[in-house]
Amino acid sequence: MYMDQLRKDDFEIVGVKIEDTEKISQPSLSYWKDALNRFRKNKLAMVGLVILILLIFMAIFGPLISGYDYRTNDLANKNLPPSAEHWFGTDELGRDVFTRTWEGARISIFIGIAAALIDLTIGVLWGGIAGYKGGRVDEIMMRIADILYGIPYLLVVILLMVVFGQSVGTMILAMTITGWVNMARIVRGQFLLLKEQEYVLAARTLGASTRRIMAKHLVPNAMGPILVTMTLTIPSAIFTEAFLSFLGLGLNPPLASWGTMASDGLPALRFYPWRLLFPATFICLTIFAFNVIGDGLRDALDPRLRK
Amino acid sequence: MLKYIVRRFLFMLLSLWVIITATFFLMRLAPGNPFTSEKKLPPEIEANLNAFYGLDQPWYKQYWDYITGIASWDFGPSFKYKSQTVNDLINSGFPVSLTLGLEALFIAVSFGVLLGVIAALFHNKWPDYGSMVIAVLGISVPSFIMATLLQYIFAMKLQIFPVALWESPKHTVLPALALAATPLAYIARLTRSSMLEVMANDYIKTAKSKGLSQRAITIKHAIRNAILPVVSYLGPLTASVITGSVVIEQIFGIPGLGSHFVTSIQNRDYTVIMGMTSFYSIILLVCIFLVDVAYGFIDPRIKLAGGKKGE
Amino acid sequence: MKKAKILIFFSFILIFSSFLAACGGKDKDTAGGKAKTDLNINISTEPPTLHPGLAEDSTSGSVLRQIFEGLTRINLDGEPEYAMAEDVQISEDQKTYTFKIRDAKWSNGDPVTAHDFEYAWKWALDPKNKSPYAYQLYYIEGAKEFNQNKGSADDVGVKALDDKTLEVKLVNPTPFFLEMTAFFTYLPINSKVAKENPDWANDAGEDFTTNGPFKLVEWKHSEKIVLEKYEDYWDADTVKLKKITMVMVNDPNTELTMFENGELDWAGHPTGKLELDALPILKKEGRLHTQAIAGIYNYKVNTTVEPLNNKNIRKALALAINREELIENVTQGEQLPAMAIVPPTMIPENEKGYFNDNDVEKAKEYLQKGLEELGYKDVSELPEIELIYNTDEGHQKIAQAIQDMWRKNLGVEVTLNNKEWKVYLDDVSNLDYNIARMGWLGDFNDPINFLEMYYAADTGNNDTGWENKEFQALLDQSQTETDPDKRLELLKQAEAIIMDEMPVIPIYFYTYNWVQNENLKNVSVTGLGDIQFKWAYFE
Repeated sequence: MYMDQLRKDDFEIVGVKIEDTEKISQPSLSYWKDALNRFRKNKLAMVGLVILILLIFMAIFGPLISGYDYRTNDLANKNLPPSAEHWFGTDELGRDVFTRTWEGARISIFIGIAAALIDLTIGVLWGGIAGYKGGRVDEIMMRIADILYGIPYLLVVILLMVVFGQSVGTMILAMTITGWVNMARIVRGQFLLLKEQEYVLAARTLGASTRRIMAKHLVPNAMGPILVTMTLTIPSAIFTEAFLSFLGLGLNPPLASWGTMASDGLPALRFYPWRLLFPATFICLTIFAFNVIGDGLRDALDPRLRK
Repeated sequence: MLKYIVRRFLFMLLSLWVIITATFFLMRLAPGNPFTSEKKLPPEIEANLNAFYGLDQPWYKQYWDYITGIASWDFGPSFKYKSQTVNDLINSGFPVSLTLGLEALFIAVSFGVLLGVIAALFHNKWPDYGSMVIAVLGISVPSFIMATLLQYIFAMKLQIFPVALWESPKHTVLPALALAATPLAYIARLTRSSMLEVMANDYIKTAKSKGLSQRAITIKHAIRNAILPVVSYLGPLTASVITGSVVIEQIFGIPGLGSHFVTSIQNRDYTVIMGMTSFYSIILLVCIFLVDVAYGFIDPRIKLAGGKKGE
Repeated sequence: MKKAKILIFFSFILIFSSFLAACGGKDKDTAGGKAKTDLNINISTEPPTLHPGLAEDSTSGSVLRQIFEGLTRINLDGEPEYAMAEDVQISEDQKTYTFKIRDAKWSNGDPVTAHDFEYAWKWALDPKNKSPYAYQLYYIEGAKEFNQNKGSADDVGVKALDDKTLEVKLVNPTPFFLEMTAFFTYLPINSKVAKENPDWANDAGEDFTTNGPFKLVEWKHSEKIVLEKYEDYWDADTVKLKKITMVMVNDPNTELTMFENGELDWAGHPTGKLELDALPILKKEGRLHTQAIAGIYNYKVNTTVEPLNNKNIRKALALAINREELIENVTQGEQLPAMAIVPPTMIPENEKGYFNDNDVEKAKEYLQKGLEELGYKDVSELPEIELIYNTDEGHQKIAQAIQDMWRKNLGVEVTLNNKEWKVYLDDVSNLDYNIARMGWLGDFNDPINFLEMYYAADTGNNDTGWENKEFQALLDQSQTETDPDKRLELLKQAEAIIMDEMPVIPIYFYTYNWVQNENLKNVSVTGLGDIQFKWAYFE
């Protein structure tokens, strides 16, 4: 259709309603509401969220529905493959793998999230301050981080075990004592770059406080690497827990966690693969969920990706 | 720049001293000693051994001996391996770990960055999801499971690669892959997220509107600016990868340095603990220093030396 | 966007090619018509030393036994037979041994003399030399004094009367002394070479001179050791193998995979290990070799803490373990249930032991008696008992199974706690524990080796805080008893006392489990678990 083909009677004058001109067609959205909306529209992220909720639901109720408990041995029925009685089979002491998997979920998911949050808090603060302040502050803070990284970890763990004894608290302490250094290093690198950007300069010229600049400008812009690092912290915490438990700093058997189940199941890979398969699959699923949620959050929090 | 390097070097010496000192005291605080064993030695023999290795000296004398030893690059004899000195252990193990580590680093960085770039270019399309799946597997399957799986599939079932040992370049493939898996996945994820960040920047849009090709934009502008978090991660990663991984070395029977880090502590092999810690720390500190220098090259706006900004 | 697609394509090509590139041709050694003469085994770790005077561990022992030859060697029947010695005179009081040395050569051509033995033994005893196993020579007169700086080398009762005659004087009559002379601390050293080059044992080479069936030709530290047949060995005709390659792979899974791929002729004990999970499968396939060895797996009990200071409580715990079931389902290596302390390889009657396995009724009686004696109303009032073990998968499984048995059979709740090895040893020797796992592998084939550690509460390896006057008197008597039957009777009486007081709960007697190339014959695994390849050959 060309302009000259348009005729006047093709159009109808509907008139102007004065009150409508002042109306805002969409409800006004804060940054966070907007982000939430965008997150909801991200299908993959929603899938991740559903998986995570299901996993948490099963962690709470799973051990109750199988009819077995996680610790009673049944040596006559050891190493059974998955069946109607034992949905995930049994382990080397005849314990129900299904029950143990969900018992383990409680511990592993808790530990993963706890370690990630602690690493996040310390890492972002430490790396953020070092990167933003720069100069001597940066130098000293980062050298402290280097030193923590250089001291043999196993030695620290052995001493923690001797001094504080065995508890979940000691275990989380052992996990985070050097865990945050990676996060700090990544955040510091990003901040070194970001603080030289024009918008930071502008904010500073306008008299924004350091705290405001960090919270409003630097952290949101470094969110990508922060979230990625955080999602990596979770599996490494799950397996560090297994390592620490093996050394005697974590859980007392017969308590189970995904990490210990996987490392116990590994040597049986050739003979009784389900003992590794189930915990490993759920670790993967959890990590997948956290990763897609992380991606969804990242996309949602980044106003520039708005379509 | 020279002034900066000199200052950093002094800081490195200081950090090294703190690490070594802390390790010395932690090591001596840990229960047990090199001679504790299931079959206990008669106390008189233990006394002979203590005298031989100078463990009967006061702690400050022993500490001084370690410090002067390390300063002259002489770490002393191993308690456990009576036929070798700590220097022997490092000299024979490090080349092996270095070779394997560089191979793994090469795989991790090249494929990791590639996967990450692809994922970012196809944001929320199937290549993005595909690389996500690879990355999730890489991150959530730790190296000890990865190593066993690779060994099971490629050495046992398919018989393409040798099961273990350290004899030919072919023997390095499986361990290098197992060692590279997690860093590869992590690098891919980091690259993807910072690529997305960078691609949304105005200068990329400008470059696009200028009519530059996708490839030129990606290579000239985006990757260079997106690589920063990867570089931050690479510093400590390089240090730990080239000094060997105990898990990979055990599973593949590789005579590298990695297992000494763990066994020396289990054996309370004091001289080896000190030697390994010093050696690793030096490499770590140098790697971190190189990362900081690299920042300046990647983005000239980053200034490390001056303390004037941001005050 | 097209460019990016090419990029993807390119990356997939890269990934694939990296896999394919490395897929070279397979090189499998094709065994011809002739029988193999090359043996490949895994010794798991680098031997800490190959100096006989410094060795203290089984890995070093496994190599030393092939390349050195002592006065005697344990033969295929498990008996000591003459090796470097060609004859021995034992005095009336069984305290003086006079060995006649046979004509033999070191691998550099030097003759093996009595002086080489005197030198080696005195070297190990010299307090200046860091020999941890010097105490293995303490049976010799003056040895302990010299080693502990209280006497001189000249007073040690070993003397080369001439090149061919070695006289040894002992402190007590020692019925197992001939067997001891096969042990690695008693091996000779080429004194000519060692005096000139104190570091002779650090690497393979000209100065590493040996006198055993094989010689050391290559020692790549932490990687592999290669031995070759020593053509001038005095009994060279017996030795059929030409070459032994010992790799060092410290992972049982890998070891088994290499064995299945034909890269190893042996997987499992004594130089390696099989995963617990592999045992039932290998057994079912009829490939598992099992041999009882002189060793016991037991739970030591700290007899100084409530409620374990009560012997009835200790006995209740001992009787409430179902060893049969534990072995059948958890350890799975056809171990023998232990209801005694001395292995049946030394006292055959001990297969039955001093009490019944899984005697729950009696265990409950003991428990009730113990509770009454301690003044508890019922089992729920018992103070918390903690069972500790060092970090190891096997120990962990056994502990979980026994924890479950005690809960089911007695209603006793124990908590488990695993500890890092040296922390563990420290806690156990400081009596900072309730119940602790411990194993003991015999050093020599005599019951005294399993009993003397309980001589007094402060004896080196006691770790239970238990001692008993009667027990001490019996051991003292056995020291001077020259009649072997009477001596054995004394030792059995002593063992009965331990089993009545139960400071240590026996669980099972060790076995060694392995798979091997079925064409490989005549490998000797002794009752002490030592492996020897002198007589081995391939069919």
